[in-house]
Amino acid sequence: MLAWTIYISFLGVAVLMCLPRGNARAARIVALTTALGGLALAIGGFLAHKPGADIATIAKLPWIPSLGIEYHLATDGISIVLVLLTGLAAVAGVLFSWNIEHRAKEFFAFYLALIGGVYGVFLSFDVFLLFVFYELAIIPKYFLIAIWGSTNREFGAMKLALYSFVGSAMVLIGLVAAFVVAGGHSMNLITLAKFPFPESFQTWAFPLVFVGFAILAGLWPFHTWAPTGHVAAPTAASMLLAGVVMKLGAYGCLRVAMTLFPAGLLVWRDAIAWLAVIGIVYGAMVALVQKDFKFVIGYSSVSHMGFVLLGLMTLNEVGLSGAVLQMFSHGIIAGLLFAVVGRMVYDRAHTRDLAILEGMGLAKAIPFAAVTFVIAAVASMGLPGFSGFVAELQVLIGAWRAMPTLAVIAGVGIIIGVAFTLRTLVKAFFGDEAADVSPRQNESAAVLRPQPHHEELEPISVSERFGAVMLIAVTLVVGLYPRVLLDVIVPAFGSPLYDALRKGGWL
Amino acid sequence: MSFDYLQLLKLCAPETIMVVTALVVLFLDLAWLRTEPNRTRMTLAAMFTAAGCIAAFMWMLVVPEKASLLNGMLVVDPLTQLVKQSLLVLTLFTALLSIETTFTDHVGEFFALLLLATVGMMFLVSSEELLMIFVSLELTSLSLYILTAFNKHNAKSAEAALKYFLFGGMAAAVTLFGMSLIYGLSGATNLRAIATALTGPTPDPLLLAAIVMTVIGFGFKVAAVPFHLWAPDAYEGAPTPSAAFIASGSKVASFFILAKVMMLGFAGAEGSGAWKAYVPGWVPLLAVIASLSLVLGNLAALAQTNVKRLLAYSAIAHAGYALLGVIANGPLGLGALVFYVVTYALTVVGAFAVVAMVETEKGQGNLSDFVGLSRREPVLSLCMMVFILSLAGIPPLAGFFGKFYVFVAAVKADVKNLGYLWLVILAIAMSAVSLYYYLQVLKRIYVFPSEEGAVSQKGSLIGKTAVVVLALAVLALGCFPGWLLERILSGLAVFKP
Repeated sequence: MLAWTIYISFLGVAVLMCLPRGNARAARIVALTTALGGLALAIGGFLAHKPGADIATIAKLPWIPSLGIEYHLATDGISIVLVLLTGLAAVAGVLFSWNIEHRAKEFFAFYLALIGGVYGVFLSFDVFLLFVFYELAIIPKYFLIAIWGSTNREFGAMKLALYSFVGSAMVLIGLVAAFVVAGGHSMNLITLAKFPFPESFQTWAFPLVFVGFAILAGLWPFHTWAPTGHVAAPTAASMLLAGVVMKLGAYGCLRVAMTLFPAGLLVWRDAIAWLAVIGIVYGAMVALVQKDFKFVIGYSSVSHMGFVLLGLMTLNEVGLSGAVLQMFSHGIIAGLLFAVVGRMVYDRAHTRDLAILEGMGLAKAIPFAAVTFVIAAVASMGLPGFSGFVAELQVLIGAWRAMPTLAVIAGVGIIIGVAFTLRTLVKAFFGDEAADVSPRQNESAAVLRPQPHHEELEPISVSERFGAVMLIAVTLVVGLYPRVLLDVIVPAFGSPLYDALRKGGWL
Repeated sequence: MSFDYLQLLKLCAPETIMVVTALVVLFLDLAWLRTEPNRTRMTLAAMFTAAGCIAAFMWMLVVPEKASLLNGMLVVDPLTQLVKQSLLVLTLFTALLSIETTFTDHVGEFFALLLLATVGMMFLVSSEELLMIFVSLELTSLSLYILTAFNKHNAKSAEAALKYFLFGGMAAAVTLFGMSLIYGLSGATNLRAIATALTGPTPDPLLLAAIVMTVIGFGFKVAAVPFHLWAPDAYEGAPTPSAAFIASGSKVASFFILAKVMMLGFAGAEGSGAWKAYVPGWVPLLAVIASLSLVLGNLAALAQTNVKRLLAYSAIAHAGYALLGVIANGPLGLGALVFYVVTYALTVVGAFAVVAMVETEKGQGNLSDFVGLSRREPVLSLCMMVFILSLAGIPPLAGFFGKFYVFVAAVKADVKNLGYLWLVILAIAMSAVSLYYYLQVLKRIYVFPSEEGAVSQKGSLIGKTAVVVLALAVLALGCFPGWLLERILSGLAVFKP
């Protein structure tokens, strides 16, 4: 049944293409129906999932028999959680792009194609199929940003597309080589994971495939697509980019690179853990000095994704399950943050410059946005009660056991994270009108600065309220009762995929 | 020696059908259609051509043969029949897309030459004998030279044809010289006999010279660096249907025969192009040509502003990818090659058809003429997106699987040391470069804002239907590559290098 999450998305694309041009309302309704259908299927699948080490096959058909490639869809505890995340992010994204009027039909067609690709990646257990869906997701991203984006959109879109494509090219080299070395009979993930690749092979194949996937997860120093891409993207696309697309990268690392090449992982583990920690601290520090509201969130994504990668490198159960939980949690929180910045603030104030926003008194003008952002910020900082807290704590505990120095540095990153979040929060919403601006600055800013006319800002719409409440509720539920996800995630590491890692005694 | 002419006729029936069609088209146009409007003549001639292609296609489907006649001059087996069938499909689509164009009033001659070029390709594909290969190569080439020059109102067309002809003539001369050397060395013209005669512990230096010379001619036909110089001009200057045919049918036939000559005729002299394990032979030679094509084709395409020139440089790059299949040297490599060039040819015919429609509307095929196409022609734009993304190798389109299969074949050629991985890495890295210029086209179509919003009524229903069918075929071959692959592989079962 879960396979229908993929089909329904592409079906939605087909329906949208048949709609008459210019009927934005119909396009929105089709998109929302499709996204809700996907979410319903995902929730159904999640509830039906029995926690355990089993890999539940959904569909398994021969696809290209002469190469042993199969159309193999399956789930385990990790993928089901991410499918659920995709469903939530898809619905939220549609709700927050309810105001798209310009070429709405095409917008939602690309949007649903991207969603379909993402579902596909999370459900594939044949590496070839996984790669097909992974690359399928690149092109819609490009168009979503290049057509409907804002600041420097063509540059951001092209950069994102090329970074993703270079990453997938690296993955492809590794996969072709691995496929041939393993005999060329099967691309099945489980079969390949059992194959003992020579250690010398793993030593170069692992970093190639891992980094190839990790580019999309925002691994420092290959993260630079993320801030420019997020900033250029329209709200729904940046929600998806940060919410689920970056998770595709991390998922690929965990699912493919780490399971296929465990010996290579051992060789490169420390180096990658260091890169992850540098990403955490660097992302946070750069976010601290940004002038553009959206750039702050863009860099914060780099920082938070660093925790995912660090969690993967801990190679213990606490750290790994923390990494998966952080994928989910960041997907929700980043979606919320981008929704506030892109839809609630930018679409109304038409600026994202923190210096200008400071004087607009947004907390009074759009209180709902302010409240949402406060909650999202608090969740993002990792305060107890929200999902971010549990996830980052788990990663830190895992890291403390495996590599204490890095855990300490990552802790510093959290503190900087608090600093930039609070700074942004104060500047964007609770700025003192006309205060803190020296006379000289005031002259130059007077032209740019719109006078605060609270009544002129369009009120927060119903669809936005729905979206925000949904995402906040999810992060609260997971934060207060993390076992709802952890009980599913943790047993999944007992599956045969991770045999090699367990035999190494690291898991 | 008694000889059964009836059997020969039966084996040559598809080619005969094509020749007869050519004569019929020529005669009909000359006798009755002269006074009709150009459009009607084009449509009717194209319909006859299509009918001929379908008849020949059905013949091969209904009467599958397997024979080798006259010392390998005519070899009919499932694989050659498959390749011939794809050639016929390509001719058919080229004929349909010609309806969209208005470059000539010599309608009968145009379609007759198109059909004769196809006959040349069909003989080329089904021959394992040097003389026959050369003769059919010339039949194809001469027809294509004229097809290139067919737009008499455009000086660029004449210039392109002259360049194509001069380069082609030179390359053919060198190839013929190479073939004569081979005959001198081996005393045979049959490919398999050559290979048996030439087996020795170390390859003769003269043989190496002969190999290089032979490769020049085929390298010219497939537009591989450094024999590619004609391609951008010919693609740009030639009438679009001719360019489409040069880029598709001619490519398929030339690659197939190149692979056959190398794998069958020079078996034993392949050498090795593996990393740090170089042995002289034709494989390292082709490896160098392939890597040059990949790099130069993809980098030069970045700077193009005319879509036909861009497609020409992309064709040079694609020659590089396809050569990987030849380098893989074995049934798997040949299978990958056939899959790659057939799907590539279908894609490129579709892309040229869209270019032709834009040209009729705007007068030229510059990148800027594609701005706003998605508003004017939503269906065509969607098809163009499919073609371009398939060329870029994005799944689930045919181009992606073609590339994947070629890469697998190349890596498999030396599993132990992964000796050809360097070539695969280069090819994959270059495909990342290629995405940039392919996206430049799509950016014009979808992203750039356009003034007009009205849906244009240009382009006939037949042409548009053909484009949609091609786009669906590219999508279907990408989603279900097994369908074509199984046919190729069952054909390969009888092919013993």
